[in-house]
Amino acid sequence: MKLSNRTKVMEQGEMTLAERMYLPAIVGGMATTLKHFFSKPVTIRYPEQQRYLGPIFRGHHILKKDSEGAERCTACGLCAVACPAEAISMVAEERKPGEEKLYREEKYAKVYEINMLRCIFCGLCEEACPKEAIFLRHDQMVPVFSSREEVIYGKDKLVEHMDQRYLREGWK
Amino acid sequence: MNLLTDIFLAKAAFIGVVFAITLGIAAYSTYFERKIAAFMQDRIGPDRAGPFGILQPLADAVKMFMKEDFIPANSNKWLFIAGPCLSMLTALMTSAVVPFGDTVTVGGVTFDLQGIDVNIGILWVFGIVSLGVYGILIGGWASNNKYSLLGAIRAASQNISYELAMGMAIIAILLFTGSLSTKAIVEGQQNGHWNIFYQPLGFLIFIICAFAECNRTPFDLPECETELIGGYHTEYSSMKLGFYLFAEYINMFVSGAVMATLYFGGYDYPGIDFVTAQFGSTVAGFVGMGALIGKALIFVFIFMWVRWTLPRFRYDQLMGLGWSGLIPLSMYNVVVTAFGILIGKPFTAGIVGFFVLIGGMVVYDQLFGKKKIA
Repeated sequence: MKLSNRTKVMEQGEMTLAERMYLPAIVGGMATTLKHFFSKPVTIRYPEQQRYLGPIFRGHHILKKDSEGAERCTACGLCAVACPAEAISMVAEERKPGEEKLYREEKYAKVYEINMLRCIFCGLCEEACPKEAIFLRHDQMVPVFSSREEVIYGKDKLVEHMDQRYLREGWK
Repeated sequence: MNLLTDIFLAKAAFIGVVFAITLGIAAYSTYFERKIAAFMQDRIGPDRAGPFGILQPLADAVKMFMKEDFIPANSNKWLFIAGPCLSMLTALMTSAVVPFGDTVTVGGVTFDLQGIDVNIGILWVFGIVSLGVYGILIGGWASNNKYSLLGAIRAASQNISYELAMGMAIIAILLFTGSLSTKAIVEGQQNGHWNIFYQPLGFLIFIICAFAECNRTPFDLPECETELIGGYHTEYSSMKLGFYLFAEYINMFVSGAVMATLYFGGYDYPGIDFVTAQFGSTVAGFVGMGALIGKALIFVFIFMWVRWTLPRFRYDQLMGLGWSGLIPLSMYNVVVTAFGILIGKPFTAGIVGFFVLIGGMVVYDQLFGKKKIA
């Protein structure tokens, strides 16, 4: 019994005169290549031209601030627990009086580190976060690194800058 | 005496110009080969070295010169060096008899736009092309490598096989012209009486043989990468390899020029009389030179176009096509042409002969051909 009815019996006989002369097939093939000669190349010159990867692409991590510029992260550790690659580590610290402008909750992450060699960009940290603090931004990728010192990203590289805030479609 | 030195200097300058043009076109053929390949495969091709990658041949040359010049331990050292030299030498010598243009007058000196006008012009081309295979043969043999040797043997037997059909195709041309001189052949085709209209079958045979003689796809068996890892130039590196590859591109351009000379009227172009009347024969001569180079470049494009379209022939198919396909065809062509000249209607005879051939083949196939197992 056949699995599908798409089997095609190939003829294996003598070649016809036109096939033996090669030339009709050659002309046909050359027409095909000429058609492609004038068609648009599909190449994207990568570093200069970048393809839009969609609104839900999981790229560079960002630690969001709220509209007043205070960090949202409260160092609860849920992202680190959710992380299947164990890429996230943090040190919590209690907020001192007078730091209300800097940190939204009474507790904040003094150190927040992501090991980019471990991270698999699954986005589970983003889903686990109860404070909507960590996101994987859709418009930027983690750049190539060439030494191990560059691999661990601290708060200096992760926290959002107020002058260039990260916005997603649908947040507006 | 002064006239002699003037003509000598003018000739020397012209040969230098032809040399430079040939080398320049060969260098840029490598770039256009890659570009055309890319376009036919919906890619962009080399575009990093300079605008649109036009400095790519320079980068390639630097790469070739910088690489280690390796000579295998058990090779025949002098023959190993002689191989690429001979290839390059013969490739450059062929263009000597190609008439690039009509007579021009520059600075009071009148001379032909042709290296040498010998009365055995086309025989010279054939002789040099036959010598060209020695470069491949010597290189392949001196490498002391079985793949190289196989490639060299293939090149030799392929060139011998296809030279026969090529020579027979030329005989039909010679029947028209009555001279072996390339200049006479071109002059016989002036004012649009191009041989292609009288010799379509001959041209078809000639271009197929030209592909085989240049070792281009679909007849690139001497260097086929999949079977012979590069064939005769497996062991070559650095600029010796560069010479082999370069010689191939020079051969392409020169064979394009020879085909234009033999079948497409050489330096003839539509409106040559108008240009001569308006600007004088010197300008017309230089425009004719441009026309010939343009025709040759079109052939170079066809070479590349075919390369990126067709797969390689199998070796027995190659030999079968050469010996039992092209040689009988070229004999038929000679007979038809001779008959046409005898009755004084070569054009009609050429066309009728072509259709008689096709008709005869169809009838033969219907009567005696084995039918497809349906």
